[in-house]
Amino acid sequence: MSGSDQGKGADVLDAQDRARFEQLVLPHLDAAFNLSRWLLKSRADSEDVAQEAMLRAYRFFRGFHGGDARAWLLQIVRNTCYTWLEKNRPVELMTEFDEELHPQPSVSPEALAIAGSNRERLSRALETLPPRFREVLVLRELEGCSYKEIASITAIPIGTVMSALARARQRLQRALTHASPQEAAREL
Amino acid sequence: MNCDLNRTVLHGYLDGELDATRAAEFEHHLETCRECTTALGSEESLRSSLQRSGLYESAPLALRKKIRAELDAMTAFPAVIRIAAWRWVAVAATILVVASVSWFVWPHPGKDSASTTPFTVAEIIDAHVRSLQPGHLTDVASTDQHTVKPWFNGKLAFVPPVKDFADEGFPLIGGRLDVLGGQNVATLVYARRKHIINVFVMPTKEADTPIHAPGLRQGYQWRHWRRQGMEYCAISDVSDSDIYELAQLLYQ
Repeated sequence: MSGSDQGKGADVLDAQDRARFEQLVLPHLDAAFNLSRWLLKSRADSEDVAQEAMLRAYRFFRGFHGGDARAWLLQIVRNTCYTWLEKNRPVELMTEFDEELHPQPSVSPEALAIAGSNRERLSRALETLPPRFREVLVLRELEGCSYKEIASITAIPIGTVMSALARARQRLQRALTHASPQEAAREL
Repeated sequence: MNCDLNRTVLHGYLDGELDATRAAEFEHHLETCRECTTALGSEESLRSSLQRSGLYESAPLALRKKIRAELDAMTAFPAVIRIAAWRWVAVAATILVVASVSWFVWPHPGKDSASTTPFTVAEIIDAHVRSLQPGHLTDVASTDQHTVKPWFNGKLAFVPPVKDFADEGFPLIGGRLDVLGGQNVATLVYARRKHIINVFVMPTKEADTPIHAPGLRQGYQWRHWRRQGMEYCAISDVSDSDIYELAQLLYQ
């Protein structure tokens, strides 16, 4: 997605493009929707943004020269999501990413298993993370992307994917095991 | 905290992204470091929670339809239908692919719940492809159904039917656990000449169905059916007639 993304410049697409797009890109609509759903934390907004991203991908489909169609599409989805967030919820993008990885005693596997067994709680914990932490986790754990794919989708250097995931997982553990006071009360 | 190892490495290890040397070094470190062993256990627990809680959200059917309509509107279809013969073939093939993929992937509205599955095509293809990576094919390798069947006991909340069809040309080579659509499934692994057929089995409350028409994507074909409270999906790169033959054997 370069300068040609702006305004005109898109090709006129024919039936053959349409068939190729159906075959190569459309099967990844679920991946597109899932990523935007977790970035935007809303199914309704995600429907709009996933559609916009999909149409944008189609408009520039002739610029796709084979390779990993899912990563190509998710890159567009991610960009579309961030543009949307900047416009509609700029505050959410203001958290800084390069937080130190503090050595901390790890939570026991048992405690985590209990906290993580509650889907609602897990989902809320994931949503409390800043978008840049959330996206690497969604891509890795829900979408099953490799480090290389994550690097190409999120535009972070491949060498830092591992530490980004380390930080994201640490944040998630913390969010999961530091339940809100109401929740703690309910569980007593 | 006595361990002075950079914990980041643990994540590369967890994700299978370390090179062989670094992975071996880390494993060596694990032997003596309880902190890292516990931390790894926690990360594995977290990962399994994330993957098993059904957090993945698929696109609604209405969105898929809307996007298809928009794509069509953006496409310059030939105004006069005078398409050369070979293009008709391409068009027909496209329709076939679209029809078969959508038949399999989309929940059919209303009465026809028979052909919907609790997992997506992408998931079964991923699971199949993953199984073909070195060391991933079987958790229990045995040509003996009496070894494979008990192996599943206690690992699943249901008992998958395990049968060997070596005499019919489909030797059972083992079993495995997979997660599809957020649910644990039993995977039976059969060999067909030099190819592998994975059969995913999970319980269902839906009524029996016949063996459905084949699906095809990325060079993999599959057959899906329900029988006596179990949902089956057989996938492979062998020809559909082979998959169908195995499906019939399992169906009996």
